[in-house]
Amino acid sequence: MILVRQFARFATGSLRLVLHGPATYWAWLAFLVALIASGLVAYAHQVTTGLIVTAMRDQVSWGFYIGNFTFLVGVAAAAVVLVIPAYVYDWKPIREIVVYGELLAVSAIIMCLLFVLVDIGRPDRFWHLLPPFGHLNFPQSLLAWDVLVLNIYFLINFTVVTHILYRAFSGRTYEKRFVVPMVLLSIPMAVGIHTVTAFLYNGLAARPYWNSSILAPQFLASAFCSGPAILLIVLQVLRQFTRFDLRDEAIWKIAELMAYAMFLNLFLHGAEAFKEYYSGTEHLRFTQYWFQGLGGHRTLVPYAWSAVGLNLLAFLLFIVPAARRHPVTLNLGCFATYAGCYIDKGMGLIIPGLTPDALGEIYEYAPSWTELRVAAGVFALGFLVFTLMLKVAVPISLGEFVGEPAEGQPAARH
Amino acid sequence: MDDEANFDDRRDAGPTQLARPGMTRRQFASVAAAAAAGFLLTACGPRRLREMPRAQLRQALRDLEQEYARTYGQPVQVSDAGPMPGVLFAYALDLSRCIGCRRCVYACVEENNQSRDPEVQWIRVLQMDKEKGVDFSEADPYYQPAEVPEEGHFYMPVACQQCRNAPCTKVCPTGATWTEPDGIVVIDYEWCIGCRYCMAACPYGARHFNWGTPSIPTSALNPRTHYLGNRPRSKGVVEKCTFCIQRARAGRYPACVEVCPVGARKFGNLLDPDSEIRYIIEHKRVLVLKEELRTMPKFFYFYAT
Repeated sequence: MILVRQFARFATGSLRLVLHGPATYWAWLAFLVALIASGLVAYAHQVTTGLIVTAMRDQVSWGFYIGNFTFLVGVAAAAVVLVIPAYVYDWKPIREIVVYGELLAVSAIIMCLLFVLVDIGRPDRFWHLLPPFGHLNFPQSLLAWDVLVLNIYFLINFTVVTHILYRAFSGRTYEKRFVVPMVLLSIPMAVGIHTVTAFLYNGLAARPYWNSSILAPQFLASAFCSGPAILLIVLQVLRQFTRFDLRDEAIWKIAELMAYAMFLNLFLHGAEAFKEYYSGTEHLRFTQYWFQGLGGHRTLVPYAWSAVGLNLLAFLLFIVPAARRHPVTLNLGCFATYAGCYIDKGMGLIIPGLTPDALGEIYEYAPSWTELRVAAGVFALGFLVFTLMLKVAVPISLGEFVGEPAEGQPAARH
Repeated sequence: MDDEANFDDRRDAGPTQLARPGMTRRQFASVAAAAAAGFLLTACGPRRLREMPRAQLRQALRDLEQEYARTYGQPVQVSDAGPMPGVLFAYALDLSRCIGCRRCVYACVEENNQSRDPEVQWIRVLQMDKEKGVDFSEADPYYQPAEVPEEGHFYMPVACQQCRNAPCTKVCPTGATWTEPDGIVVIDYEWCIGCRYCMAACPYGARHFNWGTPSIPTSALNPRTHYLGNRPRSKGVVEKCTFCIQRARAGRYPACVEVCPVGARKFGNLLDPDSEIRYIIEHKRVLVLKEELRTMPKFFYFYAT
């Protein structure tokens, strides 16, 4: 009975929290909802007409959707890059933001699964993957592995974060014997989702650009850049708009870790570029298409060099202590990291992997309007989920929203 | 709810229960339990055409026949002819003969009910430079001269290579594509979810996706179809060459072999030592595409002259 009352209070309190906010909050929600609506309309068009409304064709059979999926699997690492120092080294300033990292991971996985869903030709048959009704080609298909690890990772993060927050809501600290093993498990799982997603491409001998063993380590390195980049910006926004306080040391520490990850990312890219250019086999063509263009087809070249420039800039800004401590250069570095990794890990991975195609043809892919709108809708949905979860989670962490209010105080304050 | 019903059912099993009051409710409970169990069994039962027992498959194919007949306004036959024992199909193409006329491409489209709009073609003919040899980076699939063959060029038609070590079937997350015992790599169009992982995995660009709703003029439909081959497809699924499974399993040559005006295409049973295909492999200069990938195609290219 107490539990039911407590839960009812939690639900109504959360609803009240979500429904109250300053004008900027409502403007942000309206913006997201508008993007979702536009995405839904575009997706409805895609479902009825077929994937022909995208720019994908037999030559380049995966595009913007799968690129975003790949990038977002990397973002989901944000949780783990923070969890490692927080729990393994017991470093307190980072510890208090682990919850936000995990919420970001949960939102990122939702976006990942949605990007796969919008990419498939027969979304009505999605259940074909789900035993016992369907048939999952496990362990043969890496896509089957990916479906498994993404869902497990989602469940772990969702459980941990719900547990911590609900306990805090009930005025208790979390159950250490439950949370610590789960968090420790989430570390190899985060590495796992990246490795499996890299292997998804890596295992295809038909695509030399992907068929390189450097792919999985490079995925991890870039994931440890892009996830925290988003989180740092989110945390600063929270610090601005709520009572949430975060010591600068924590932010600087994360920025420093990002510098190392970015160095590794650039190094691995360089190693791959060296191998391709120096050996100069027929496999060079894919790298050439990305960096130089092939036979007058140069659509991707500006993106390739922007990514290199942005990643280098981010590395320099984060490796110099004075630069990562200054709010302007810090945020510039975050945006550079985000944009650099987004280009590099999304379109930069998928499109040159498929261009030229298996028979040497060059089909220049650039996403259609429908693809852009659907993708914007998926991002907006993910950010909506993230925003609403934060709206509830922040007051809980701050002790403003608790289940057993003292002397008839309202459960939620704003 | 179901568990409770089951429990009741078990407890009351036996003849004595018949005399007891409240039987109607119990009976109802057991009927409900049986219905639930039946539903679960059907739901968990075989769904992929590959796993269906013969009778269930036949029923499923009859349903498809009716659906196609309604759509195309003519009787359509969906055969379920299985592989013949002792047969492993293989194909050979004489590069020294092919003139690049693309008659095979169009015969294939007609025989296998490929979509006319948007255009789907299972065979892709590449024009290559005689001086450069087999080099995909120099290949031109869109050659359009007034007359073929063009001086200094040779032609390489590419379709599914029917690999013994097929990368495409391995990656399919739902098990919707597999290699039949007679060596033909097939797709269950009712089970494919359209993720296109197989297309990324295929080194020969042999798999094609229905990006839009496939359209075939009703009069142009080939009504003699096979459930793993040329029956009409829906949008959002992958398709590919099946060596004309509807013909091959009926002892006929694939349409491309029949139509080729220069006799460049050969087809037969790899397990038959007296077959033409075996003669070619044993006596001619034979190559397979992208040999280094160890896909082990059953599609061979050769030079007869």
